[in-house]
Amino acid sequence: MPKILIPTPLRQYTGKLDTVQVKGSTIGEALSDLTTQHADLRRNLYSDEGKLRSFVNVYLNDEDIRYLKKEATPVKETDTISIVPSIAGGSR
Amino acid sequence: MTPPVTLSKDEILRYSRHLIMPEVGMEGQLKLKSAKVLLIGAGGLGAPLGLYLAAAGVGRIGLVDFDVVDFTNLQRQVIHGTKDVGRKKLDSAADSMHDINPFVQVDKYDVALTSENALQILGDYDIVVDGTDNFPTRYLVNDACVLLGKPNVYGSIFRFEGQATVFAYEGGPCYRCLYPEPPPPGLVPSCAEGGVLGILPGTIGLIQATETVKLILGIGEPLVGRLMLYDALGMRFRELKLRKNPECPICGDHRTITQLIDYNQFCGIPDHPPAPAPGVAEGEIDVTEVKAKIDRHDPFVLIDVREPHEYQIAKIPYAKLIPLGELPKRVNELNSADEIVAHCKSGMRSAKAVEFLKQAGFRKVKNMKGGILAWSDTIDPSVPKY
Repeated sequence: MPKILIPTPLRQYTGKLDTVQVKGSTIGEALSDLTTQHADLRRNLYSDEGKLRSFVNVYLNDEDIRYLKKEATPVKETDTISIVPSIAGGSR
Repeated sequence: MTPPVTLSKDEILRYSRHLIMPEVGMEGQLKLKSAKVLLIGAGGLGAPLGLYLAAAGVGRIGLVDFDVVDFTNLQRQVIHGTKDVGRKKLDSAADSMHDINPFVQVDKYDVALTSENALQILGDYDIVVDGTDNFPTRYLVNDACVLLGKPNVYGSIFRFEGQATVFAYEGGPCYRCLYPEPPPPGLVPSCAEGGVLGILPGTIGLIQATETVKLILGIGEPLVGRLMLYDALGMRFRELKLRKNPECPICGDHRTITQLIDYNQFCGIPDHPPAPAPGVAEGEIDVTEVKAKIDRHDPFVLIDVREPHEYQIAKIPYAKLIPLGELPKRVNELNSADEIVAHCKSGMRSAKAVEFLKQAGFRKVKNMKGGILAWSDTIDPSVPKY
């Protein structure tokens, strides 16, 4: 199964898991399975209109899905999906 | 005409370990001495940056910061010492840098970077290093760098994770290519709220320092078009592709941003946040009133909505711990007939708890104004602040 790496700021919504195994053959299906398993994540990944939020980037292995087929990007069993939110800390 | 840059005998001795490497050598050391680097922020990232860039012999280093050293900074901001608490970070940092290397010039900008002053301040430097702690300033630094055509050496940190890259280098991708928009306020916690491993800014700040020195020397492969992710707990570095967005509003093919904008507005932050109302607002209760209730044995329930690890640091003995995140599933532990007071560290999370409970049908709920910090200030100074 493809796996999704969860960044620190979002682990509070996955019961502290840093990796979640998901079902799905596209990025959209994989993320949908993720937010089914961890419902609290939905609000943080998607806007009210159901669009991926623009400060959350999703990568298939090392490539930004915006430059692939976005949520229709096919996913293989061995792939790693990363969610990379923007963080601003410089530690004042 | 400016006189040619040279190294004195003392400088040659000092930079010996650079000079004997052919990749740096006299030519490289003179490039470092001629270089002008601006550090935005003299905090967690700025600390290792300032120390190492000064040590390396970067001739002119600008610092932009308007903050004062406090005790909570010392866990990570190694450019400041205990003796510096209460001093301006600029003065403390400049002293440390001059102590390491009296040959460098440190320019101090005791201001907040704004759309009005950014182009002028950045304009004097070759390379800008972003070590700020908030989204508006990050977008401001990015846009100013793109407009001025200066590289932006970027680093940011959160808890155990960091990101680093070089933006806007010779037409390469910029911060807006990576993240077109900031998160709405409140959705992404800051270091002050989420915490940060004290060592982490050292690692990320030194990646930024390394990239800065490489850009000055013109050696190696710059961290351009690549986003470096660092996970301290897993001790893993990962690299993601960072592409230039052809639709980027500031560096893309059809630019819509040609001058600096209002970045607080862009990030959804009011320019003048409403000052906390003096006195006690509707739905709030003062710490002295809560203490009086406890002393009078008034029937009421005090709930602490912080996390268990915070409860271990400091607590009000009378309080029942129900972390904010657990409140929805533990709401049945509360009785809507009871009078309920919620508290947290400073009053933000407990305000959310009060809001939640009101929506759940509770009528007699109040937020303890100022949280456990106010309790420590006013009621019981033996309760530690954190």
